[in-house]
Amino acid sequence: MSTDVAPAAPPAGAGEPPAVQLRGITKRFPGVVANHDIDLSVRRGSIHAIVGENGAGKSTLMKTLYGMHRPDEGEILIDGERVVFGSPQQAINVGIGMVHQHFMLADNFTVLENIVLGAEKLHGIGGAAARRIREISKQYGLGVDPDVLMEDLGVGDRQRVEILKVLYRGARVLILDEPTAVLVPQEVDELFDNLRQLTREGLTIIFISHKLHEVLAVADAITVIRRGTTVASVDPREVTSRQLATLMVGSELPSPEVRESTVTDERVLSVTDLAVHTADGRPIVNGVSFTIHRGEVVGIAGVEGNGQAELIEAIMGMRPATGRVVLDGVDVSQWSTRARREAGLGYVPEDRHRQGLLLDAPLWENRMLGHQTESPNARGWLLDNRGARRDTARIVASYDVRTPGIDVPAGALSGGNQQKLIVGREMSHAPKVLLAAHPTRGVDVGAQAAIWEHIKRARREGMGVLLISADLDELIGLSDSLKVIFRGRFVEDADPATVTPEQLGLAMTCAEGPDE
Amino acid sequence: MSEVAAPRRSWAERLDWRQLLPRLLAPVAALLIAALISSIALVISDKDPLAAFSSMLDYGTQPDSLVDILNKSTDYYIAAVAVAIGFRMNLFNIGVDGQYRLATLVAAAVGAAPFLDWAPGFLRIVLIVVIAMLVGAFWAGVAAVLKVTRGVSEVISTIMLNFIGGQIVAFLLTTNHLGVQAKGSNDVTTPVLPKDAWLSGIPLIPGSASDVKGFVVVAVLVGVGYWFLLGHTRLGFDLRASGQNATSAVASGVNARRMVLYAMLLSGGVAGLVGLSELLGERHAYSSSVGGLGFTAIGIALLGRNSPVGIALASLLWAFLARASQILDIEEIPKEIITIMQGTTVLAVVVAYELATRLSRRAQQRRVGAAVSEPGPDKSADRSEVPA
Repeated sequence: MSTDVAPAAPPAGAGEPPAVQLRGITKRFPGVVANHDIDLSVRRGSIHAIVGENGAGKSTLMKTLYGMHRPDEGEILIDGERVVFGSPQQAINVGIGMVHQHFMLADNFTVLENIVLGAEKLHGIGGAAARRIREISKQYGLGVDPDVLMEDLGVGDRQRVEILKVLYRGARVLILDEPTAVLVPQEVDELFDNLRQLTREGLTIIFISHKLHEVLAVADAITVIRRGTTVASVDPREVTSRQLATLMVGSELPSPEVRESTVTDERVLSVTDLAVHTADGRPIVNGVSFTIHRGEVVGIAGVEGNGQAELIEAIMGMRPATGRVVLDGVDVSQWSTRARREAGLGYVPEDRHRQGLLLDAPLWENRMLGHQTESPNARGWLLDNRGARRDTARIVASYDVRTPGIDVPAGALSGGNQQKLIVGREMSHAPKVLLAAHPTRGVDVGAQAAIWEHIKRARREGMGVLLISADLDELIGLSDSLKVIFRGRFVEDADPATVTPEQLGLAMTCAEGPDE
Repeated sequence: MSEVAAPRRSWAERLDWRQLLPRLLAPVAALLIAALISSIALVISDKDPLAAFSSMLDYGTQPDSLVDILNKSTDYYIAAVAVAIGFRMNLFNIGVDGQYRLATLVAAAVGAAPFLDWAPGFLRIVLIVVIAMLVGAFWAGVAAVLKVTRGVSEVISTIMLNFIGGQIVAFLLTTNHLGVQAKGSNDVTTPVLPKDAWLSGIPLIPGSASDVKGFVVVAVLVGVGYWFLLGHTRLGFDLRASGQNATSAVASGVNARRMVLYAMLLSGGVAGLVGLSELLGERHAYSSSVGGLGFTAIGIALLGRNSPVGIALASLLWAFLARASQILDIEEIPKEIITIMQGTTVLAVVVAYELATRLSRRAQQRRVGAAVSEPGPDKSADRSEVPA
């Protein structure tokens, strides 16, 4: 394992300039240096992974390369020639394409329409464009049909459309930003096959990720970024994921695993025949029943959009639902969200910006949110601003929320710190049951470990947890029992002690037929 | 615990300034822009802008003018607070006009009704205020109920209710119903209130023969109440939360429908007070001239950024402009220039506030970024620490 910054010498095509080369890139944002002295050399026809934990500066770097902002220092060379990008369009013109983590596709358009949107000048919007799409699809084995409506496609297909969209615009270098974040293991394998096919055809791929085993599986070269700079370039054949993790975080990677079981036989939350329907009567959650005991973490695995979000919202009382919800022996099925919260339901929402925070309000007001009727935030119908401020200072200190003060608006904090504030707020009211949806999504490794630790501690103290996560390692590591949800039903139970992410992924996707 | 809070608060104070400064500068900048644009309009029409402004300032600061400005801004302020209550929850109450016309009419009619002859004046005044608030709330409540049960946009329904309210007022204000016609007058009004139910003025401005209407006290109370409600009550928190992020508010346990109802009732209740200053302090009867502040109030609420103090300043400014415009006619300067000025002020202020918000947000992020990245080059040491 070489930890020098010099690019790993390309054995094939020596003498040929690298497809992409970055020299001494520094990008300062007021007050912060997001990137400094980045050196990167990407060989043509290779898959080059850039790894680093959330907040290490990967995205800033890729935005620089994609022309979304200009570096303060350093230079970019494409095929050996110096370029300066003033806009993404200029990057696209020299053949750089970006596949964003969040798909930018219109559901009510066909694949064709989505692809030609904004690139109408290339091949028009009709037959010629469709022919070109089929051609590209065939050449790279993407299997994309231009005439299908977007909303009929699954996540993996959508991603292939995004890739095709970039290829259609003539990209020779593809930047993929966390492409596997939304995929189940089987889809990840398909994606990797696609990527290898692309490189065989001479394209170059820059693959941004923090999932080390995936990086090791697919990359030809790896560059590690930590705290804004490149700390190592390594050959994936010579490095283990443990070594890579150490390079990435500067210390050992935390693991969500819990050892001793703290499950008791006291039921703290029982859900019976819970069902949620859409406005037109289609079931989204379909007769779900389960029980959580004190000190137990029940994990729900499922591809996003199979009813897990709706299930949690129904238990919180935010969505009309049928069925029974019994919290600590009391039937709360007809209670309002507020009454349920007061009775001891804690909630870490899936989308903290949409459901967990007031981004323009200061931290101490956010500390009140969701508990604005409870001490220390309120006395009777009056707010206790002073009490809330004092308690916010406590949460900031003991949950390690990195902020200059409690009067800062929540929107100014990083995602990890926002999440720590939310977790701290919910834990501060000693919930009987915590409903945690993707509690560590988009947070850095340090915050992730801290959040896991808080959940584990509360579990030891007798809290029940309903955990939903797309991170299967987290799900398996934290849960005492696992349920697989598919199309609004629990289709399988799994034992977290024995199940592997691959088995779980299979259960999540192939659950429709009993023959599987 | 307090040890933790103490050093942080000093940070917070410095931060607050960074956040506040752009927001204070924004209205000033907007005013300057508005003055500039009106100057251009004046120059085009061959008038000297400086002369116009200085005579406005001169006339607008006369004692009599100050009294008039305070009286006008009393009405503006109450109306704008009514609008702002809705704005705080992303509700657009365009129906203030209809709400206070109806409220003033009913309150005036009941206040002068013969069955109250036994009641002392003070009681009548209280009764008039309460009835006006109830009627205003009721009329706004119609829009709220429509929104909550049928999903009707309050923008549409409050506009419609303005027209309906106007028709009802016209219908009731006839001699067959609530109206009376004074001898030798074409005007139909409600019966004049007994003298002891007239609200006396306050000789607030020295040098002026006229008094400031007593209802200014109520306007101040409304402002204080609004400030207290927003910042110090659970209802106020729920209201603000719903306005800032409706989905987060719902997740926090706010009953969205109930909040719509409360906000509209409150807004309408305050709106019901708008016409009372004139009713109790000047005309002592409802006449068809009541009305027309609804849209002005929207502009003032925007200008004042829905804050209790901001709205007060905006109301005073508006009243000053309205008063000062009267001198322009005499000096043969078209007083429409004032309309231009008011319009551009609102427009410029909306743009300026948006800019200020962005600037202060960026400044905040910078400071957080700077403060958080301060620790040494490697924070792996504190990474694994978990508070017990």
